[in-house]
Amino acid sequence: MSAIIAPEVPTNPLAKLGWILADSWTLTLRGLSHWARNPTQILAGLAFPILMVLLFGGIFGSGMQVEGGGDYMDFLMPGMFVMSMAFGIGETMAGVTADASKGVTDRFRSMPMSAASVVIGQSIVNMLYSTVVLMILMGCGAIAGWEWTGSFGEAVGAFGLLLLLRFALLWVGIYLGLVISTPEAASAVYTLLFPLGIVANTFASPEMMPGWLAAIAEWNPLSSTAHAIRELFGNPGVGGTSWIAEHAMLMSFVWPLAIFLVFFPLAVRKYRALSR
Amino acid sequence: MGGADMAIQTEALKKKYGDKEALSGLDLQVPRGVVYGLLGPNGAGKTTAVRILSTLLKHHGGTARVAGYDVARQSAQVRYSIGLLGQHAAVDEDLSGRQNLVMFGRLYHIGKRNAQRRADELLERFGLTEAAGQPAKQYSGGMRRRLDLAASLILAPSVLFLDEPTTGLDPRGRNDVWESVRGLVGEGRTVLLTTQYLEEADQLADTISLIDEGRVVQTGSPDQLKNKIGGDRIDVVLRRPQDLGPATRMISTLIGAEPETDADNRRISVVVEDRVAALTAVARSLSDAGLEAEDIALRRPTLDEVFLSLTGNRTATSAEPSAKEVASS
Repeated sequence: MSAIIAPEVPTNPLAKLGWILADSWTLTLRGLSHWARNPTQILAGLAFPILMVLLFGGIFGSGMQVEGGGDYMDFLMPGMFVMSMAFGIGETMAGVTADASKGVTDRFRSMPMSAASVVIGQSIVNMLYSTVVLMILMGCGAIAGWEWTGSFGEAVGAFGLLLLLRFALLWVGIYLGLVISTPEAASAVYTLLFPLGIVANTFASPEMMPGWLAAIAEWNPLSSTAHAIRELFGNPGVGGTSWIAEHAMLMSFVWPLAIFLVFFPLAVRKYRALSR
Repeated sequence: MGGADMAIQTEALKKKYGDKEALSGLDLQVPRGVVYGLLGPNGAGKTTAVRILSTLLKHHGGTARVAGYDVARQSAQVRYSIGLLGQHAAVDEDLSGRQNLVMFGRLYHIGKRNAQRRADELLERFGLTEAAGQPAKQYSGGMRRRLDLAASLILAPSVLFLDEPTTGLDPRGRNDVWESVRGLVGEGRTVLLTTQYLEEADQLADTISLIDEGRVVQTGSPDQLKNKIGGDRIDVVLRRPQDLGPATRMISTLIGAEPETDADNRRISVVVEDRVAALTAVARSLSDAGLEAEDIALRRPTLDEVFLSLTGNRTATSAEPSAKEVASS
């Protein structure tokens, strides 16, 4: 068998960057192969938000009231978009724990490849996935009667805000995935995503909740993004007189930034601690 | 000692997890081109040693060199020279066998075309060509291990680490892996194998180091080690409890060694050197003396006995933290 000589680890910064890009691309292709191999996985990821739209929009919808008036479906859809971003935490976590528990992470770490690319590849695949999920959800929402009245530019802005939130939560997922490291425990954490997604302004206005719950719901980072994109899409339910509700647009940037600033260093530290 | 001739060399290697010492001064000299076994109970430090040598873990003291490179200061060079098989088959189970090998090849930066060519060579070599297009999750345990092995051979590394490669495999998968490992020697490759099974080390290794509590307690060829602890044993189970005393005295003078007795089970156990001659002599003398035996058996020493005789402190089965816990901490 012919021996293959691998190129040496580059020392100059430009060549190093080249390696990071090449390895990230290889790992992005890996993620896309997963989609091609398991198209049902994508459908399963979509099933939950679509089910929620049918359940809340169709069955409970007639009994739901939007604070300040307006169509419930128009109120609900932005909440669903935000919630599907939050559920992305589980997606990321599952990917990280699967690699860690099967020793794939160890194999990567024992190879002369760029360490950053493992995380970058994961991020690219997750962000692509979320983009696809959002577009499909928007299509489904439109079929179910969701309408947006804002400008095209505002809609793009709303899309951007959702992906910003997803990017911040990516690091929560990577950190939790590294901490938890077994798929069994990861699925337990998955169930904790429900209260995170529901105790917010996603399904109902906090004004209609008891005081203490309303406060939690309003300060849930998901609520700021949901509130902000409702404004951008021109959807109802953007009242609220509390400070956090009045500064939703600002907070839809501040929250993701804060989450990133906390969880990015935590995730990096945890990854480095693998060698301790 | 010619350090350059050594594939793996550690001196006073130390590693702590919190307060617990996993390696307490490990010294290893592994020459090139051999299969070297690290044999020890769970928690002895085998996995920790492999993880340090394969650059996955940092050590706290001592030095370690692999293929002539220092694992702490020249980790990149070490990574070009090694292949690692951990306790689980480290492959992407959603991808096909071929996709796995091409992906890992590309991560070695050998180029897409080389990666594909190498993948096909390795699939052929490990008998996976037919299953190349199937997702790895449909493979049997043994096949997945072979794919794992193929992935660690992409660069034809000079040193290969196998960390308990047959744990969790059925006998067929185990034989499968043993066959593959035998095929790896030659080509000047060095294999460091960890195992908790005496039989596995015996089957595969040229040299074995017994490890306990983070250090080497004994090194030698499988035969040397077995001789050191007295080789095989004869177990005699008597029919009548009152025969235990006379039979013990008789076997003691016959073999010239002090037998162990177990009164509850009317069992006498003694270490013998010439297996067959000793068995014949014991059987004949017992029957001549009218001491009826229920069972006489010749058997190899168990790992428990190896450790008991060499460390004198605890049995292999009483070991505390499992390798898995060590690996995840």
